Amino acid sequence: MSNAGGMSTVTRYTDMLAGNTVYPGDNSYESIATATGTGSSGVMTFSSIPATYTHLQIRGFTKSTSSGSNWKVQFNGDTGSNYANHYLESNGSTVSAGAELTQTGMNFYAATATSTAASVYAAMVMDILDYTSSNKNKTVRTLSGVDTNGGGNNDFNSGLWYATPAAITSITITLNSGSFDTNSKIALYGIKG
Amino acid sequence: MPTSTYTPIATNTLSSTAASVTFSSIPSTYTDLVLVIVSADSAGAFNQISFRVNGDASTIYSWTSLYGNGTSAASNRESSGSRTYGTIAWNSAQNTTLGTSMSTAHFMNYANTTTNKTILSRSSNSANAVETMVSLYASTSAMSSLVLYSATSARLFAAGSTFTLYGIKAA
Repeated sequence: MSNAGGMSTVTRYTDMLAGNTVYPGDNSYESIATATGTGSSGVMTFSSIPATYTHLQIRGFTKSTSSGSNWKVQFNGDTGSNYANHYLESNGSTVSAGAELTQTGMNFYAATATSTAASVYAAMVMDILDYTSSNKNKTVRTLSGVDTNGGGNNDFNSGLWYATPAAITSITITLNSGSFDTNSKIALYGIKG
Repeated sequence: MPTSTYTPIATNTLSSTAASVTFSSIPSTYTDLVLVIVSADSAGAFNQISFRVNGDASTIYSWTSLYGNGTSAASNRESSGSRTYGTIAWNSAQNTTLGTSMSTAHFMNYANTTTNKTILSRSSNSANAVETMVSLYASTSAMSSLVLYSATSARLFAAGSTFTLYGIKAA
């Protein structure tokens, strides 16, 4: 590695969240599982999530086989109207903000529809904070988007699951339309405190 | 069995001002790359951090931004033909003080040879703006090198600026 100004000291950062919180210590970020699209299902589920971490991070790179562009995220199989989310979104010219309350899942812009450029995939980084707590509702933050060379969106979201303060043991991600194509991947990571 | 990841690949701390920073021979053994930049501008002016992948100077880079400046929010976009490099931070520095500007960029699925490359970034500039950006490198080539550029030759990365590249490997 080199740079035009020369290399001097080496600095170790342990920041991995989409925001800016720093978590100290080595081996504090671990890969738990990865789901890959099949081309025939719009659902990916992470189950039996170990309770040995402080936070979770989901990193997605997904495309729908049809017009789907949103993930619906649910915890512990709860399909009730126990979720809410807020969004701040841009499309290259305008900015919009809004809220979706009393939802059956948290809705995040996180996939590319088939109608967009064939090889372009949306990206998502989602942080699920303090997921093992049994006395706090669960808050999520996301950074996501896709640029299609003249189109696309850039999103910044928060989400809430308020049905129960129970620890999260499973996460279900469902496309709002179509299936995850075979190059789609969603990876789950654990961050130790 | 969970496996530890988020591995530092390389860190550059500038000992003098520089117009560019290069990460070469990036291993293909990870799933995503994360670049953390803590920088300042040598001229104390508006700055932009652009990038070029694999030395590719063709017009296949584009980006969409969302930013706020303390008063209002706005969005910009740049598509092919106008530049020959991509951008991960459009409004990254406004003064010469180190630590007033930082950016984190996520190069997703960077080593695959099937899809184009999508980059998510977030920048915080304590002097004037906060920003998120999604960028596209419209190539199916695996990323093996990355060059970061300051906006113009008159606006260099300040000495002391740090650029750290991490690798994340999915299970």
